Amino acid sequence: MAQIVVEDLRKRFVVAERRAGMLGALAGVVRRRHRVVEALAGVGFRVDEGELVGYIGPNGAGKSTTVKVLAGILVPDGGRCEVQGRVPWLERVEHVARIGVVFGQRTQLWWDLPVVESFELLREIYRVDRQQYRVRLDALVNALDVGAVLDVPVRQLSLGQRMRCDVVAALLHAPQLLFLDEPTIGLDAPAKLAVREFVRRLNRERGTTVILTTHDMDDIEALCSRVVVIDHGRISCDGSLDHLRERAGVGRRIIVDLERDEPLAPTDARVVSREGTRVVLAFDPVRTPAAALVARITREHAVRDLFVENPPIEEIVARLYGEADARGEAEPRPEPREDPS
Amino acid sequence: MLESLRVYGCYVAVALRGQLQYRGSVVMGALGNLMVTGVELFGLWALFDRFGQIQGWTLAEVALLYGMANVSLALAEIVGRGFRVFDQLVKSGDFDRLLLRPRGTAFQVAAQHFELARVGRLIQGLAVLVYALVAQGLLRPGAELVLVVGSIVGGACTFMGVFVLQATVAFFTIESLELFAIITYGGVETAQYPLSIYGDGLRRFFTWVVPLAFANFVPGVVVLGRPERFGPEWLAWASPLVGVGFFWVCLRVWRVGERYYRSTGS
Repeated sequence: MAQIVVEDLRKRFVVAERRAGMLGALAGVVRRRHRVVEALAGVGFRVDEGELVGYIGPNGAGKSTTVKVLAGILVPDGGRCEVQGRVPWLERVEHVARIGVVFGQRTQLWWDLPVVESFELLREIYRVDRQQYRVRLDALVNALDVGAVLDVPVRQLSLGQRMRCDVVAALLHAPQLLFLDEPTIGLDAPAKLAVREFVRRLNRERGTTVILTTHDMDDIEALCSRVVVIDHGRISCDGSLDHLRERAGVGRRIIVDLERDEPLAPTDARVVSREGTRVVLAFDPVRTPAAALVARITREHAVRDLFVENPPIEEIVARLYGEADARGEAEPRPEPREDPS
Repeated sequence: MLESLRVYGCYVAVALRGQLQYRGSVVMGALGNLMVTGVELFGLWALFDRFGQIQGWTLAEVALLYGMANVSLALAEIVGRGFRVFDQLVKSGDFDRLLLRPRGTAFQVAAQHFELARVGRLIQGLAVLVYALVAQGLLRPGAELVLVVGSIVGGACTFMGVFVLQATVAFFTIESLELFAIITYGGVETAQYPLSIYGDGLRRFFTWVVPLAFANFVPGVVVLGRPERFGPEWLAWASPLVGVGFFWVCLRVWRVGERYYRSTGS
């Protein structure tokens, strides 16, 4: 069943432009220059219950605008949006009681208080039954291994501990839909793995729908069965990781370590890079079967080592963003308009 | 409603525990507050010591007005601190977090701060109030005492309303408006003396625009049996409701501001 339905979502922001220098600042008091930024230019997608979707895009592409609309904070200019059968911004209170939101960059916990007191207060705010709260808290504390820091004031927590506590806080009211915004930003490797593992289990075992916005492509690769890419306020790609790879057209990789420093340039593969005796080739697995290519290389060259891999997702995304950028340039840019105000 | 009060209590308990971690700063804040308002009080006393009366008002009579106004403001300062620092919440983007919680935003803003350090003004205001009530023979059960207490609550609502309006401005502009400090602190300075000694403009403003007159002067003259009446006597008895009504109007304005914020997203 569709949990999120978004159709043709539109949102424009009017941004005041500051002029440089003292005179500019003075002029700004009298007359302001406004620029219209089209944050969402007709975004549409559906998310079914139990999906784990990666929502990615370059800075300023409209990611957080979309999340704000879905979370009920922001009212769009146009388009349709229904989350769990509700229009988020029309029924804010009912809506937010049934979603969880974690912002990696800021905490929702009370800075000076022991962690557990923030949880208690959230229990009151979300009207969670005491009995249920205890059961849930126990389960979450165990799963995220934060039992030892429950009595520590939030300001004394490490970033990793704080993030895990923030995840607990967002789930105390057992939402069926969770928004994670950069949940692993700034975390060390073990903490990242712990958060990812938890999110995976939450999605698999409890069936919680997760919308993950991130710049960390390892998060995406580790977690998301589906990736939605937004750029310049439009969805530029929506599908599985494999689909994304195909769309980006970067193909698959063969990395060859040659015995000798000799030229290697098969006709049906492209040389991506060469460092000494290590050559990286890209090929299209549909047109050129990997086995045939490997066989031919090993026949014609003395090979010490060779392996086939999928290109890193960073590259795919960079490619996609580049593509969208090229398209964006072709379109007329919104004109700055001058408003006396 | 009751449930909200209980949750508000939880917030306050949390805020107090947070503030009590910095016990020294709370004590110093309260002492400082007590001293500042104490100097003000000394000025009032000095004035009466020199002139005996002001337009037929004795010190004990003015003390009633002074006590009522200051207790009202102190209550509003303690409860409404969140609105006074609200522009920071908008600038930092943390207001979004309040929108993500299933409670009214004004409720959360009020609940999130509880300013213990302002008990200085409260103590001082209460002391003056008790002195005035004793001097007038009013510190006994009766309709007059109920009206005094009710008007103080109404006055606190009026000050809260001004704080809410001040905070609402932050939805529209990041520039801070000191205008509102003039109304609250100018208002309390004004209301410490009988409103009848001022010019018409000021009197009308504090009666019909920001109804601080109903926090002390209008009910005060009835309780004290003085001749300076504004309108019919029942209006004086309805004083507490005026403050509550003003607060309600301010909360409506707040909602307009919130709607604007949610459509501009900044």
